[in-house]
Amino acid sequence: MAQMNMIQALNSAMDIMLGQDPSVVVLGEDIGYFGGVFRVTDGLQRKYGESRVLDTPISEGGILAAAIGMAVNGLRPVAEIQFADYIYPAYDQIVSELARIRYRSAGEFSAPVTVRTPCGGGIRGGQTHSQSPEALFAHVAGLKVVMPSNPYDAKGLLISAIEDDDPVIYFEPKRIYNGPFDGDPHKPAVPWSTHAKGEVPDGHFTVPIGKAEITRPGRDLTIVTYGTMVHVSEAAARNLGLDAEIIDVRTMVPLDTDTICSSVARTGRCVVVHEATRFAGLGAELSATIQEQCFWTLKAPILRVAGWDTPYPHAFEWEYFPGQARVAKALKAVMEAS
Amino acid sequence: MVAHSRLHVPKTPARPGDAPDFSYLKLSAAGKLARPDTAVPAAETRHLSEGLVRVLDEGHRAVGPWNPHLDAQELQVALRHMLVTRVFDDRMQRIQRSGKISFYMRSYGEEAVSVAMAMALRPSDMLFPSYRNQGIYFVRGRPVLDLMCQLLSNTRDMCKGRQLPVMYHWRDGNIFSISGNLATQFPQAVGWAMAAAIKGQDTIAASWIGEGSSAEADFHHALLFASVYKAPVILCVVNNQWAISTFQGHAGGERQTFAARGPGYGIAGVRVDGNDFLAVYAVTQWAAERARTGRGPTLIEHVTYRAAAHSTSDDPARYRPKDDYQGFPLGDPVERLKNHLIGLDEWSEERHQALTKELEEHIAASWKEAVRYGTLTDPPRLDPGLMFEDVFKEMPEHLRRQAAEMREETGGK
Repeated sequence: MAQMNMIQALNSAMDIMLGQDPSVVVLGEDIGYFGGVFRVTDGLQRKYGESRVLDTPISEGGILAAAIGMAVNGLRPVAEIQFADYIYPAYDQIVSELARIRYRSAGEFSAPVTVRTPCGGGIRGGQTHSQSPEALFAHVAGLKVVMPSNPYDAKGLLISAIEDDDPVIYFEPKRIYNGPFDGDPHKPAVPWSTHAKGEVPDGHFTVPIGKAEITRPGRDLTIVTYGTMVHVSEAAARNLGLDAEIIDVRTMVPLDTDTICSSVARTGRCVVVHEATRFAGLGAELSATIQEQCFWTLKAPILRVAGWDTPYPHAFEWEYFPGQARVAKALKAVMEAS
Repeated sequence: MVAHSRLHVPKTPARPGDAPDFSYLKLSAAGKLARPDTAVPAAETRHLSEGLVRVLDEGHRAVGPWNPHLDAQELQVALRHMLVTRVFDDRMQRIQRSGKISFYMRSYGEEAVSVAMAMALRPSDMLFPSYRNQGIYFVRGRPVLDLMCQLLSNTRDMCKGRQLPVMYHWRDGNIFSISGNLATQFPQAVGWAMAAAIKGQDTIAASWIGEGSSAEADFHHALLFASVYKAPVILCVVNNQWAISTFQGHAGGERQTFAARGPGYGIAGVRVDGNDFLAVYAVTQWAAERARTGRGPTLIEHVTYRAAAHSTSDDPARYRPKDDYQGFPLGDPVERLKNHLIGLDEWSEERHQALTKELEEHIAASWKEAVRYGTLTDPPRLDPGLMFEDVFKEMPEHLRRQAAEMREETGGK
């Protein structure tokens, strides 16, 4: 075991996969010589060479199309889109192509591509470096969609994604690359070494795609969340003195409804928390699914906490960000409902 | 006078009621363009990208340095592939009109592009076609029956009922799945070729798009990545003059050729008479050797004409002269190869008629067999449960539940 932050954990996952499987290649903007703008691919090109860790033009559509072609020819590409905000030029290749190649060719062709992309705000990135577009991908049939909330899961899920024979869109909440974040930007940064999930095995291991995790068992209510908001939600519940059961969704598609719904069936109360905008966000799907399965055991309406339905505003970041106050308000409302 | 900007809207040379006008097409005489060594730097292919490589002259003789010197037997095989494409297209068009299939797209007038290229490439080379490349399936030996079953979405449909007619695929024949979204396959072919180079294989990739869809960003992604990584790929713009109703000038062909974009990107560009089987074959051989020997990609513009409607949902009489094709200066690819063979004393009108009849009978018989496996409206029918398979490699729980709901909804059928 080693202490790792998320950047090191992701780097380790790619290092291991590049080392053990000659079909794995990594490509993206600034990811080779420079090691990536967030250093996630640092050192990989030196170790595995320029044709397996490939610097590309600034062309997200080209990166995705090339990755698809490579995958059809037997490689396992890991494509980095430098910021999730830049993924839209590649959307057609992801939605119309990557997601459907197995289906439309009746299984004769497939494209096991992993698309890694940093997402989320809290880094003063403004509206083009802060978005959380996971729902746009979760809505597409044929894509697996993943977002880890800690270094251990980051490594285990990325290895699973690369080994998966289906395409995986892998979101990395960049605010927590270097340490967990409880939503308070005025507190000093906390490193991952303070967190149990900062302990990561050096070698190969997997965290299964399709499995949520109960990160904290509790009896008062269930908080269903993922990414950065796992940590914000934990802090908000703790500060209210609530015995909250916290579920880290980890995989949005395929969704682990059993873990989520059996928890809500026990607690009878549920808040869904994510950073992305609220309207038609993943929270809508989660609360509808939970309501359908748990209606008769619910003691209160399911509430959603999310980003406001505006673009991500540069100067008003902390009024926009769904911090502890917004989460706490929903937790109290759900606890107070009879 | 004050100078000011004016929006330039490309002119379409002829609309319904006008006489066909192809004066905009720059032609070169057969045999006129030099054939450089395949190792020539991309920048030295400008004359090829602006001229027109042609082998068959007005008297149907093969002339000049691009003559691939194929023997008569190979030419007869080529004619057969082109003719079966045409006969198949005609028959499927009529069947669509009778309501047995929902949709069809003919490659009438463009048969030489697919047939010559597929013949000049190796069977192990990977093809990323558009929806008007049916000739490649015949060259690589896919039975017409299989294509018909796809068109019918029947119990032997290779796509298991999931794709519009003509969106074929064939893994064992090294032909990629057709999307239906235009141009997406173009940069994918480049990625495939990059992987071949990474793995050190000597296979190459080829892809085709129309001049209309070359306006998509995917075209530019393909040329950029092909250029940057010198991918072993042949990228083809099939300039058939029309994107449904829109003339090629609106896709950017008014002041420069599509092939000229190749040298602009640092890759070789060749403009070829797409209705000249021998010229297409020779240019493909040249580009393939270039790709296979590490000299990188080639952009080929095939100058041809979409003699058919865009699809069975289209009526070209509404936007171009009825007799437009009759005025097209590059003629008909089947007629030209036929006349060449006749000139060599290796073919005759009688043999041509006999071959046409043989192919028509073969296709009619295959159709009779194909409908026995069902049609969109008549049994036997594919199991609708197939809609839930292959979304993922393993069916996840939510799809299992939905499949069960669908069964319940349809009474377990």
